[in-house]
Amino acid sequence: MSQMITITINGKDYRVEPNQTVMQAADTLGFKIPRLCYHPKLSIEGACRVCIVEVEGQRNFVASCAFPVSDGMKIKTNTHALRRARRDIVELIIDNHPMDCHTCERDGNCELQRLAASMGIRARHFAGERKRYEEDLSSEAVIRNPEKCILCGRCVRMCSEIQQVHNLTQAHRGFQTVVMPAYDLPMAESVCTACGQCINVCPTAAFVEKNYTQELFEQLNDPERVKVVQFAPSVRAAIGEAFGLPIGQNMEGQLIAALRKLGFDYVFDTQFGADLTIMEEANEFLERLQNKGTLPMITSCSSAWMKCLEQFYPDLIDNVSTCKSPMSMQGAMIKTYFADKMGIDPTKICSAAAMCCTAKKYEAERPELMFDGMRGVDVVVTTREIAWMIKSAGIDFVNIQPEKADHPLGLSSGAGAIFGATGGVMEAAIRTAYELYTGQTLVDIEVEGVRGLKGIKEGSLTMDGQEIRVAVAHGLGNACKLLEVVRQDPQRYHFIEIMGCPGGCVGGGGQPYAAINTIPLDDKALKKRAQALYDLDRGKTIRRSHDNPDVQKLYKEFLQHPLSSVSHKYLHTHYKAKLPKGIIPKEAKKIEVTQ
Amino acid sequence: MGDLTERTMDVKETRYKLTLCDGTACIHNHSKAVQQALETELDKHGLKDSVSIHLSGCLGMCTKGPILIVNPGYIMYGRVQVEDVPEIVESHLVNNKAVTRLIITEDHLYNRFFRIFGDVDFFGKQMRIALRNCGIIDPENIDNYLSLRGYEALAKALETMTPGQVIEEVKKSGLRGRGGAGFPTGLKWEFTANQDSDEKYVICNADEGDPGAFMDRSAIEGDPHTVLEGMMIGGYAIGAGKGIIYIRAEYPLAIKRLEKAIASAREHGLLGENILGSDFAFDIEIRLGAGAFVCGEETALIHSIEGHRGMPRPRPPYPSVKGLFGKPTLINNVETWANIPVILLDGADWFNTVGTETSKGTKVFAVAGRVQNTGLVEVPMGTTLREIIYDICGGIPNGKRFKAVQTGGPSGGCLPEHYLDTEIDYESLAKAGSIMGSGGMIVIDEDSCMVSLARFFLEFTQDESCGKCTPCREGTKRMYEILTRITEGQGQPGDIEKLQRLGEMIKHSSLCGLGQSAPNPVLSTIENFREEYEEHIQDKKCRAGQCTALLSYTINDKCVGCGACKRVCPVNAIEGVRKEKHRILQEVCIRCGQCYEVCKFDAITKA
Amino acid sequence: MTELAQDKMTTLREFMAEVSNKDYAESYLIAVLHKTQELFGYVPRQVMDEASEALQIPTAHIWGVATFYHYFNLEPIGRHTISVCMGTACYVKGATQVLDVLKKELGVEVGKTTEDRLFTLQEARCLGACGIAPVIMIDDKIYGELDAKKTVEIINQYRKAAAESRKV
Repeated sequence: MSQMITITINGKDYRVEPNQTVMQAADTLGFKIPRLCYHPKLSIEGACRVCIVEVEGQRNFVASCAFPVSDGMKIKTNTHALRRARRDIVELIIDNHPMDCHTCERDGNCELQRLAASMGIRARHFAGERKRYEEDLSSEAVIRNPEKCILCGRCVRMCSEIQQVHNLTQAHRGFQTVVMPAYDLPMAESVCTACGQCINVCPTAAFVEKNYTQELFEQLNDPERVKVVQFAPSVRAAIGEAFGLPIGQNMEGQLIAALRKLGFDYVFDTQFGADLTIMEEANEFLERLQNKGTLPMITSCSSAWMKCLEQFYPDLIDNVSTCKSPMSMQGAMIKTYFADKMGIDPTKICSAAAMCCTAKKYEAERPELMFDGMRGVDVVVTTREIAWMIKSAGIDFVNIQPEKADHPLGLSSGAGAIFGATGGVMEAAIRTAYELYTGQTLVDIEVEGVRGLKGIKEGSLTMDGQEIRVAVAHGLGNACKLLEVVRQDPQRYHFIEIMGCPGGCVGGGGQPYAAINTIPLDDKALKKRAQALYDLDRGKTIRRSHDNPDVQKLYKEFLQHPLSSVSHKYLHTHYKAKLPKGIIPKEAKKIEVTQ
Repeated sequence: MGDLTERTMDVKETRYKLTLCDGTACIHNHSKAVQQALETELDKHGLKDSVSIHLSGCLGMCTKGPILIVNPGYIMYGRVQVEDVPEIVESHLVNNKAVTRLIITEDHLYNRFFRIFGDVDFFGKQMRIALRNCGIIDPENIDNYLSLRGYEALAKALETMTPGQVIEEVKKSGLRGRGGAGFPTGLKWEFTANQDSDEKYVICNADEGDPGAFMDRSAIEGDPHTVLEGMMIGGYAIGAGKGIIYIRAEYPLAIKRLEKAIASAREHGLLGENILGSDFAFDIEIRLGAGAFVCGEETALIHSIEGHRGMPRPRPPYPSVKGLFGKPTLINNVETWANIPVILLDGADWFNTVGTETSKGTKVFAVAGRVQNTGLVEVPMGTTLREIIYDICGGIPNGKRFKAVQTGGPSGGCLPEHYLDTEIDYESLAKAGSIMGSGGMIVIDEDSCMVSLARFFLEFTQDESCGKCTPCREGTKRMYEILTRITEGQGQPGDIEKLQRLGEMIKHSSLCGLGQSAPNPVLSTIENFREEYEEHIQDKKCRAGQCTALLSYTINDKCVGCGACKRVCPVNAIEGVRKEKHRILQEVCIRCGQCYEVCKFDAITKA
Repeated sequence: MTELAQDKMTTLREFMAEVSNKDYAESYLIAVLHKTQELFGYVPRQVMDEASEALQIPTAHIWGVATFYHYFNLEPIGRHTISVCMGTACYVKGATQVLDVLKKELGVEVGKTTEDRLFTLQEARCLGACGIAPVIMIDDKIYGELDAKKTVEIINQYRKAAAESRKV
């Protein structure tokens, strides 16, 4: 530990660590200097100038997010001049921003709104020309509204530094600066992977998900339709936050009840689909392992990762599992197995999905996933959207009596539950693959090595003397580093799990916005949400996918056996190289995984 | 002596012309023996036909005799003895390398220009250090540069000084960055030299984006080698092996001259490995700007070289610690580099005698606007504004009154008459409410509207703002909108206070120098010419007659009814019968001023 | 998407190959854009796509750089730039009609360049020639007192001159 130094803030002395910024030091001391463009996981911009402070000896105000502390530094954070400057700066942002708070998706949940309120802006002194741009509604998943953009640059940094997709840039300059994809292409024609992380970090509604709530309400009010819904593991772990509940509370029962009250005829659980995915995928892996198929095998449930694969890594398409995602498998079963069982005309089914993910909206529209001229999932809504629908429909989510999901697609194992956390798919697959391969029960089914928020995790296990090396990456940026290793050393791993979002699906692009006392992508929040799923797993009696009796029944009655021709028809898909081709800069591909 | 100007550049007939002082004192000190030794030595080297010897009358510098003058180059050797002759012939006449130890100390580098053009008032009152060779050498011929003691400073540094000693000399000279910030150059060199790194860079900032500034362009076009030599010395001093000149694409001639100069320097072994036989290796590359004024800012420039959008970043860390590609980088302006060889050859002590207490040396100013002689003026720091505007540039033409002078380009303040006796240096200009900047100086007379001028500069900074930080991107826009309203007669009470409030906030909160200085023209014109703002807002009047929306054209009694104005009016706003006084319909008039232009009888009043 | 001259593309490709072997190759992006503008008069999208591959830089980054620096034209520029004065005097005397005639005759909108790359059509603020309104400026020549017929005549003059120079 290095020597502590002394700094003075607003007249009082404090002992702090050296080698940090004024803002970081102040954060540890109970100060919370107002800020906008700063995010601890992204590089420092110093652009918004909201976090300015006075430092003795400096001619001008300095950005506390960038200015390093030094011994003897005298700082003032709240002088009259600073308060006025900050207030004026935030007003200038608002002067170039639409005045439609009450009709905006982020009303009540907007960082700019909160900041403006704390600045006490009661009059607008400097109003003038306001920028006018058209909304980009092209994408099925992510909507771009440049008029609401305050040019904090978080989305650009997120997309480039953490996701390494590099889809967004600031273009033009000065007052005409706009955030856009290359060539000002519509998002749908860009290399955007629809991961939605830009939505997560955006302080305003400049990025939002494509909203299907109206369409879904119409379906729900249509008596001719049979309304079926499924919901992802990560949704139950996070939806409570949208109702002011503490982070990490599992609201599965309440959500099921609320969905029924909304008007869904059948409420199924995507965790069942996850179990199904494990059945198919574990068998697929073992088949490759035993028959010298293409290894390493890479998971395919993350749809942002799938889009990224086709655009950035077409050379690795053969490595990827042909399994559909749990949502799509579930959707396929809804319209075939379930419809058939209940004697319902599948064209009358509205198959909805409440997901933590924005990319799933894109996935649901992929033509390759269609079968018998039908889509498995008709409407995808995010956690945010379903929370809003519940509020809008006048349902008391917090106090509602919990209920259970419907059969035959509602029962799930613990392995299905942990799908939402990074490492969860790997762990679930190991639980089943081990037993299928060795014929023995895997006793230590909680595989600690693949849990946690480290960007790239490695592990290995021995199955009947055969060493199986595995790796897990979350966030597309970590994925690209891992895949670079794979390109150079294909023998290194047998099985790889990739989740497109940092933290895994619990950090998806559709999760509730960060509440007042947290920040987007907060590690603590991600850990708590994941823990909710691990606890859910622990609380179940059935913890392995292959032990799920409803899954066994599904095979017996319909699918026959994993990887059968029936399974292949409904539960598997294919990928191919797509344009536009994405480029990942050399810097990003630098390998950090140690030998 | 013949026509010196011509002879300087023409080495066709004789390669060198030697002039030996033939006065009594020199003869007493054996100048005849020196002459004979020269003849012998020249014969030995086969130079009898290409080097001529002339005898002059007594030069009058008797303590330093015998005196030998070598042209081209005006090198003045003093106390030349017979033993020195072989070295002079071999080193200087054969190998183009002057013998430094024999050059008299009074022979300063800036003197050459003065010798030729000193009788022209405009030039004679200047002191050209940075521009010492411009106009008297062929910039595309390295031999010309060499003949004027070119690269002698580099040789001195490499052969007789340690990097630390070079830095000490620059520190001692008191040279401050000529790009505008005025940071002590020697200190900057020291910081960068003290960084421990395998890779370091030296950068020349030739992005000169200030409208009205062309000092750097002229320096490069006229004397590219001095910049190269300065950079090489800098590279040696800090331990860098690579230099980059970042120059704006809008300067094609300067770019061409630099490319040629770099190629010649390479041919002569002055760039590359083992320079001048030492183990110092250095090379220089040119990188082009692309139309972004903000790239004159250090960190924005670095980002531009790195292939990014030219946007600044917060400092610290400063470029001397973490600069180009993350390595320690020394950035200096063209003019700063041009001063370095002079400091090493004429000495820091001499350099200290020029300028003021806090600002040593000279500064090149680009004087433009309402003056008799616009152009480049290099004068010692401490020269007054009055001396520059009136003595050197000939004062205000057409009998108009001086109103203000704007120093420092679009980031500077406007100084009215009572500042004319300010002795120019970094501190005095800042105290007056302006800045030195890169040296732009715009003279304004009574026919210019200060509000309109402030608006003009703000339009520029708005256009060039990179857009990264809120105060500059949004704030200057709002200031510009207020100023536009004021010039269009839509000013409101409280506008001046708004401008001041915004201006102060932008000055103190912006990320980089562009934003921090953008409000200066507005704030200083409000400070010094507040009445004009008030007249625009309250009285809807523009006393300079520049803001067209506030003008009204009326026909006075001098009108003879010729109808010329009526014919030319594009909107038929003039009515009248021939030979009778016409009338302008104010509601229709669009204030284009065509009637005013064509009236031969001074019958139209513009107010 | 227009066909780009193959010989120019070859020159450009050679240049890109050369810089991609240097240290910090990505830093030569601006040099590549300059070369592109030198060869083509503007920076075509195809070139930016190719540069992306050659230098391994994401297209969004290249776009951000190309739009930041005002020196680079992102659209082709015609051999002649026509500026239609939209100042008040000209407006009152029929500048809008002149503009409409030009749009129709050239087949382009304001800010765009004709197919044959001969003309770029721009609007200008007051050119200061109000006495002969309405006024257009082609390169640095002023044409005033225009009507539809005269405007078309002038355009045809330039077209003829261009055709002649092609024959030479």
